[in-house]
Amino acid sequence: MRRLIVKRMLQTIPMLIAISIVSFLLIKLAPGDPVQAYITPEMGPTDIERIRENLGLNDPIHIQYIRWLKNVLKGDLGYSLVNHRPVLIQIKERLPATIGLMSTSLIFSMIVGIIVGLLSAANQNKLFDRIVTLISYLGISIPSFWFAMMLIFLLSLKLKLLPSIGMRTIGVHSTWDLIKHAIMPTLVLSIQNIAVIARYIRSSTISQLKEDYVIVQLAAGASRNEILYKYVLKNAILPVITILGMSLPSLVSGAFITESIFGWPGMGQLGVTAIFSYDYPLIMAITMFSSLILILGNLLSDVLYSVVDPRIKELN
Amino acid sequence: MNSKLLSNVTEQLKENSLGKISIFVIVILTFASVLAFLSPYDPNKIDVMNRLAAPSKQHPFGTDEMGRDYFTRALYGGRVSLTVGFLSMIISTTIGTIVGTISGYFGGKVDSFIMRFVDILMSIPTFFLILILNAYLKPGVQNIIIIIGLFSWMSIARIVRGETISIKEREYVQYSQVIGEKSSVIIKKHIIPNIFPTVIVAATLNIASAILMESSLSFLGLGVRQPNSSWGSMLKYAQGYMEEAPYLAFFPGILILMTVLSFNVLGDIFRLAFEPKANDD
Repeated sequence: MRRLIVKRMLQTIPMLIAISIVSFLLIKLAPGDPVQAYITPEMGPTDIERIRENLGLNDPIHIQYIRWLKNVLKGDLGYSLVNHRPVLIQIKERLPATIGLMSTSLIFSMIVGIIVGLLSAANQNKLFDRIVTLISYLGISIPSFWFAMMLIFLLSLKLKLLPSIGMRTIGVHSTWDLIKHAIMPTLVLSIQNIAVIARYIRSSTISQLKEDYVIVQLAAGASRNEILYKYVLKNAILPVITILGMSLPSLVSGAFITESIFGWPGMGQLGVTAIFSYDYPLIMAITMFSSLILILGNLLSDVLYSVVDPRIKELN
Repeated sequence: MNSKLLSNVTEQLKENSLGKISIFVIVILTFASVLAFLSPYDPNKIDVMNRLAAPSKQHPFGTDEMGRDYFTRALYGGRVSLTVGFLSMIISTTIGTIVGTISGYFGGKVDSFIMRFVDILMSIPTFFLILILNAYLKPGVQNIIIIIGLFSWMSIARIVRGETISIKEREYVQYSQVIGEKSSVIIKKHIIPNIFPTVIVAATLNIASAILMESSLSFLGLGVRQPNSSWGSMLKYAQGYMEEAPYLAFFPGILILMTVLSFNVLGDIFRLAFEPKANDD
């Protein structure tokens, strides 16, 4: 198993390199001349040329890339063009809010998705199952930003139950306040994954229920529920770990929209603002960090899978 | 699509009322947006006296912040949304099918190179990349279609590749290889027709996700922009009038939801009709 993990980790290296190239190109291809940021009206063409030379913009592109990469590896991601603060510090400030929201949403959608999917399979083709099927169709089809708007309209504007923006009320430092702020963003970020997980669990449970061991147990007099919760659940849940990897892209993409709508002070909101202000160093860094979340998440889910499923252990 | 597959589809539809409704919704919305010019209102005519009027007989969806008939605007918005969904699906399905068949058919180094490339593309949050590109390039429906199409072919390529690998092993394909037919001919004559059902399913689901993608982009202000409007961009403006005119936020959202839902249901129906094995669940 250790070999599998090492092999899997080695596989991420070309991905990391590719992502660094994409991030570098995002800055290079950005419209506008980077020298513009340093020019003042009294400068002549020779001054501008000197700045260009000093910034290394006259070097061949691969030299520029390597120099850039060295800086990145040292933790120097440059400065924001808007507020001139180091990019790395801004990301560090924002990362906890994003990771917190994503993991809450992931856990929430797993719990709800598994329970609903299992119950749906146990009641296949009955009313409950049909309702769940319809709701899960709605879950994968609803535009998340519109779902957010409707929740804000209902829960904040009409019923005045929940705050519609931010992560905390200014001056209030209670956990309850944080939870109240997190309810709607979590729901919005989870809806799609709940639907996907419920559908997945439902169909894997249904196919498990047709396995020989279930029929044998039934014949031996075990009750349906006993089989369902004791054996089927265990086998049906295994694929959820794969889903963990599968649902990451929608979590990362969803975070950009969800955080923007709810003013959640995370990396996603920072990313969307950065795009609007053409803050290239920040855009580049957020591309790298969000890709990193995806890659590490996938790595984690693969490793977990090999820990949980003994068959994979033997294979390697 | 041969007649056997078509009859499977009608059979699936017979039992599935959600499926019937979905087809109905897609047909109605397509016709309505094509025939939007029949509406007595000009979608861009500003009528300040009539701004933010609630839904009524004259204005079934009410009027927006500039007094424009919201129903007419929704029809024209649907045109843009459906066009983007359909055309970017064509782009991504074409790329996905070509890349997938080449990767699956030739195997070996070609296959592993292409698949690594796909892995890398899938490990970048494409939504953010699409946002960035939309900001870099000049705004316009054309660019949105191309950008969405260029970044959503990866999962289609994966599915097509898998299917191609299994079809490659069939006897008639091996026979063609033995008698020395060119690879391009074999792919055209034997592989593509056989993966066609899979491609149809993927393409249908792809329309759904492209429409969702476009609406999110436009909602954030990085997709369809003035003077054009789509359902997503209508919602962007509706956001500012949630208190006075919540119906402005309600209707375009419902339209997106219904459209995307219908394409998702339709995709599943095609899947059930094309692979009898899947019928059980």
